[in-house]
Amino acid sequence: MKALLLRDLRLAIRAGGGFGLGLAFFLILATLIPFGVGPQPDVLASIAPGVLWVGALLSCLLSLERIFALDFEDGALDLMASSPLPLEGIVAVKSLAHWLTTGLPLVVAAPLLGLMLNLPSQSYGWLLMSLLIGTPALSVIGAFGAAITVGLKRGGLLISLLVLPLYVPTLIFGADVVRRAGQGLDASVPAFMLAGLTLGAVAIMPFASAAALRAGLKGS
Amino acid sequence: MSLWEYANPRKFMALSGKLLPWTAVGAALLCCVGLIWGFFFTPDDFRMGSTVKIIYIHVPSAMMAINVWVMMLVTSLIWLIRRHHVSALAAKAAAPIGMVMTLVALATGAIWGNPMWGTYWAWDPRLTSFLILFLFYLGYMALWEAVEDKDTAADLTSVMCLVGSVFALLSRYATRFWNQGLHQGTSVPVATGERTVDDVFFVPLAISMVGFAVLFVALVLLRTRTEVRARRLAVLNARERMSA
Amino acid sequence: MIDLGKYAADVVFAYGISLGLILGLIGLSMYRAKRMKADLAAAEARIEARQNNGT
Repeated sequence: MKALLLRDLRLAIRAGGGFGLGLAFFLILATLIPFGVGPQPDVLASIAPGVLWVGALLSCLLSLERIFALDFEDGALDLMASSPLPLEGIVAVKSLAHWLTTGLPLVVAAPLLGLMLNLPSQSYGWLLMSLLIGTPALSVIGAFGAAITVGLKRGGLLISLLVLPLYVPTLIFGADVVRRAGQGLDASVPAFMLAGLTLGAVAIMPFASAAALRAGLKGS
Repeated sequence: MSLWEYANPRKFMALSGKLLPWTAVGAALLCCVGLIWGFFFTPDDFRMGSTVKIIYIHVPSAMMAINVWVMMLVTSLIWLIRRHHVSALAAKAAAPIGMVMTLVALATGAIWGNPMWGTYWAWDPRLTSFLILFLFYLGYMALWEAVEDKDTAADLTSVMCLVGSVFALLSRYATRFWNQGLHQGTSVPVATGERTVDDVFFVPLAISMVGFAVLFVALVLLRTRTEVRARRLAVLNARERMSA
Repeated sequence: MIDLGKYAADVVFAYGISLGLILGLIGLSMYRAKRMKADLAAAEARIEARQNNGT
């Protein structure tokens, strides 16, 4: 499994692996928002938590297909499915690779973008923490969406339709953590909810994803 | 002699063919009685005026929006566990009905809400949950259309329905946390329907609710029959192509 | 017509949209059912004819 992880990481980082794409999209989004809503500092400050979280979410969405698509296309996924490794484990490892190459960079970039969006200063720590806790959930839930649409020709838009509603609870709690922190309120309740959600998702989604992969591989 | 006999497509077609006219007539009757009674023969509410009449459509449709998804969940599980095609096709057939019910609930909720809350749309937990449910229906239907092999489509949509159900519940809780909501504090029963409604409103409401439920049964029988036929047609066409 | 008061437009609009959507769904479902029944019958007839010609 470690070999699989290293392989996926290497593939993602290589040129054409899409490594910087999510990050670039995140930056572009944070740049576009003020052009859309106006540069007023207080307006930006109030929407910054949401924009950062939605941005992270959409950036994750962009790279979801890659989790399984490439391996599916060249038949590697079939081989992996019939290997002695449990498919659930393979999904978990691939989700981890996705998080390391997409989610984690977003966490690092977020405070810089927060600066651009006039995020209140007391929110930065909570921003980092909420994204750190929340982006793994985005990866495992996203992997489920990728598994469901594996092998579909025009899967891109369908993945968004399927995955974005699933992202709603994570988004609600994640953004709420940052928002409450900015208002000086106690942000621990949504933080705990977010943590619970991530733990639950990490535990359960690989099973659903594996089931979806088995169905998709059978039919192809 | 058990319910599972009707997993056999032929038996299902036979039974549903017999049931369909009765359920159709029953639905028409109940809905007409409920709605006409409610619309013409009930008083206005002293607070809400004549908009209270919207309740006879809003509550039944909201109830069905949720119940249809539950039915899809059950039939999806039956497909995953026992591989009865009729079950998978019934879920597929039910989805558009649920989607329309959700849309009707949203539309009537919004139109009712405008005179009451001053706005057509409010990010109220219940309305928001229904919006999310609508998106789930859309995704489910889109997935059926996107996958070519219909057995694979049945598998994928069933898993999607399961996961969607979990997240729908999660979202319901999350949206309540996110916005404590306008529905709170009013005695307007939105999704549940009974409790705080006066008797004079309750009877036509109950009739409408049953009417909508029977309407769903009639429609899902009709649509499932279409799906069963479509599947048989696809098999025949495939066989023809192979022997040609 | 009964007096719907100041909310007449809202109520009528609500009923109108809802009935429109639901009747539309019913109509569409009935149409598809009829089409599918006809298509299936045609296909079965075709296969029947081919089998009869073959034997």
